[in-house]
Amino acid sequence: MADKPKIAVHKFASCDGCQLAFLGMGEDLLTLSELVDIVHFVEAGPVATDAEVDIAFVEGSISAPDDLERIRAIREHSHYLITIGACATSGGLQALRNFADADEWVTSIYAKPDYIRSLSTSTPIAAHVKVDLELWGCPVDRRQVLAAIRDLLSGVAPAFEQDKVCLECKREQAVCVMVTRGLPCLGPVTRTGCGALCPRFGRDCYACFGPGENANTESLSRRFEGLGLMPDAIARRFHFINSGAPPFTEAGQGKDK
Amino acid sequence: MSEERNIPIKLPVLARVEGEGSLELDIRDGRIEHLKLHIFEPPRMFEKFLEGREYTEVPDMVARICGICPVAYQMSAVHAIEGVFGIDPGPWVRTMRRLLYCGEWLQSHALHIHMLAAPDFLGFASVTEMARKYPDEVRRGLGLQGLGNDIIHLLGARSVHPVGVCVGGFHHAPGRVQAEELLNKLRAALSDAGELVRWTAGFDLPQVEQVFTTVALRHENEYPMNEGRIVSSAGLDIAVDEYETHFAEHQEPHSTALHSLLEGEPYLVGPLARLNLNLDRLPHAVRTVLEETGIRFPSHNMYHSVVARAVEILLAVHEAIAILESYEETTTPAVEVHTKAGTGYGCTEAPRGILWHRYDLDSKGLVTAARIVPPTSQNQARIEEDLRLSLQAFGLDRDNDTLRQRGEMAIRNYDPCISCATHFLDLRVRRT
Repeated sequence: MADKPKIAVHKFASCDGCQLAFLGMGEDLLTLSELVDIVHFVEAGPVATDAEVDIAFVEGSISAPDDLERIRAIREHSHYLITIGACATSGGLQALRNFADADEWVTSIYAKPDYIRSLSTSTPIAAHVKVDLELWGCPVDRRQVLAAIRDLLSGVAPAFEQDKVCLECKREQAVCVMVTRGLPCLGPVTRTGCGALCPRFGRDCYACFGPGENANTESLSRRFEGLGLMPDAIARRFHFINSGAPPFTEAGQGKDK
Repeated sequence: MSEERNIPIKLPVLARVEGEGSLELDIRDGRIEHLKLHIFEPPRMFEKFLEGREYTEVPDMVARICGICPVAYQMSAVHAIEGVFGIDPGPWVRTMRRLLYCGEWLQSHALHIHMLAAPDFLGFASVTEMARKYPDEVRRGLGLQGLGNDIIHLLGARSVHPVGVCVGGFHHAPGRVQAEELLNKLRAALSDAGELVRWTAGFDLPQVEQVFTTVALRHENEYPMNEGRIVSSAGLDIAVDEYETHFAEHQEPHSTALHSLLEGEPYLVGPLARLNLNLDRLPHAVRTVLEETGIRFPSHNMYHSVVARAVEILLAVHEAIAILESYEETTTPAVEVHTKAGTGYGCTEAPRGILWHRYDLDSKGLVTAARIVPPTSQNQARIEEDLRLSLQAFGLDRDNDTLRQRGEMAIRNYDPCISCATHFLDLRVRRT
């Protein structure tokens, strides 16, 4: 028991969806709890915020003043720190506040804004502490999480997927929705990992797994223009789930002028 | 317009309340003088993000408000937007949306019962600890949760933030073979779902009755999911678009979640409220199992919420079987959409209770304003009221740790999105 690797799952601003990669595992969760000691995972029960762990999984983005202190403490107590999901990895959907005057929003919304503790930005974990591995996805897929744990427990450097969704589509022999139906699909610039779910469901990819390697957003933007999209619509395509990922931030701002 | 409202009607911040919570008690002369359930989760500002977005983007965006009930957010949104455009997507879409909701109730309720609530009632700190003593029950629960995920997969490709829903219907119609496979799994799980109801009814639940108003949807002949009028145990009976004239939200200094009141009073939404108000809408087979438990509904024991959740799991399995038994494939899973300017309202039964949305759209289908009232902010005043009554009745002279455990149990019973936070409920007691 004492020799089992220790794991923690921490949450910052998020929808909790990536924690379901654990909580929705079914019986694999029981198997996992035999292999490792889950010492901190608030939603599942165990609480030991400051325990020393081998792997800390972090969900959610940094969006409140106290988060900064907490993430530093987590880093200090963890051997490996892995971010799970878009919020932790790129600031997530809530990073859309970074383009606006979020303080003004709070003032216009709350009768007593001084009671609200919130930063004007939503930033990824790596902007504040060293991150060993980033698992992209909104939400992350269970396979990614299990593979990362397996690899680390076996002393192997975890594989890092950078292929685009397009390649996954070809492997799955899915019909291209951009070529055949003229849909503004983000597959050519998006990292795979989802299994090309959207194109296989007959719709365009909206980039919930963030930018792939060397994403050519400029060329894709021109293609979207050719499909008849107005600049504001193209900007919204990039400024959505992963607006805080630099290639998407830039691509959206280029269109937003 | 109600005068309790001291925030703008355009409520642009949605505080998601899954996160840090703490309970503050001031006890004077053996009585609770002040009680505050603090919710610190930073505002996530979804209603502001929605402004300027096209109607097509809304289902994918609002799903991200909650990873545990993304379907509910998508359902309230598409109903509201279709209301603006004057679209009726027809019977195929209507039935499939109900099937999708069955999936969400199954996975969310099974998660809550097994991972969050049952360990409380059986005396364990977590589900993995409980699994050592109750391996079969935990497996059964994880199986039902997985089955819920399978239903969502069928229509949404994945269970968290599914990608199948659009305004007007679905992007994709499931194939006959997949539907058949799922039907077989559901049939095999029917007895498990019945056993689950009996299991929860056998828990040693505290016998505490409280007086409270319940609010739920009411449909003319179905157990409510996507449609109906908003009714209450006190006689309220209104259309979904009349919500704002009876319900009002206000800010409390100790919470980033807004508190919602009905005519100025706390109220309950969620499975117990739904079941209490819709007993006559249960299918006969489900009603029979419920009656055999010996627990009488409508119930005013909040702890019967766990039984209500199990009953809704059984209902969802029955309903999903019935839908899939007569499943027909279609080549047109969505109707054509023409945009129009206007205001639309949607209210559906999320696992945790009614989830109300309002959207203002311009003629191009861009959102100009949005308002979202999640179940947890509706229950928050009721949770505080419950805590006040139940801790007083439990006895305030007990040590802080016992009080904290009792408080956690009472809060968790509502399955709020802060249920996780209540595991480390930080209890501060001042006794004078």
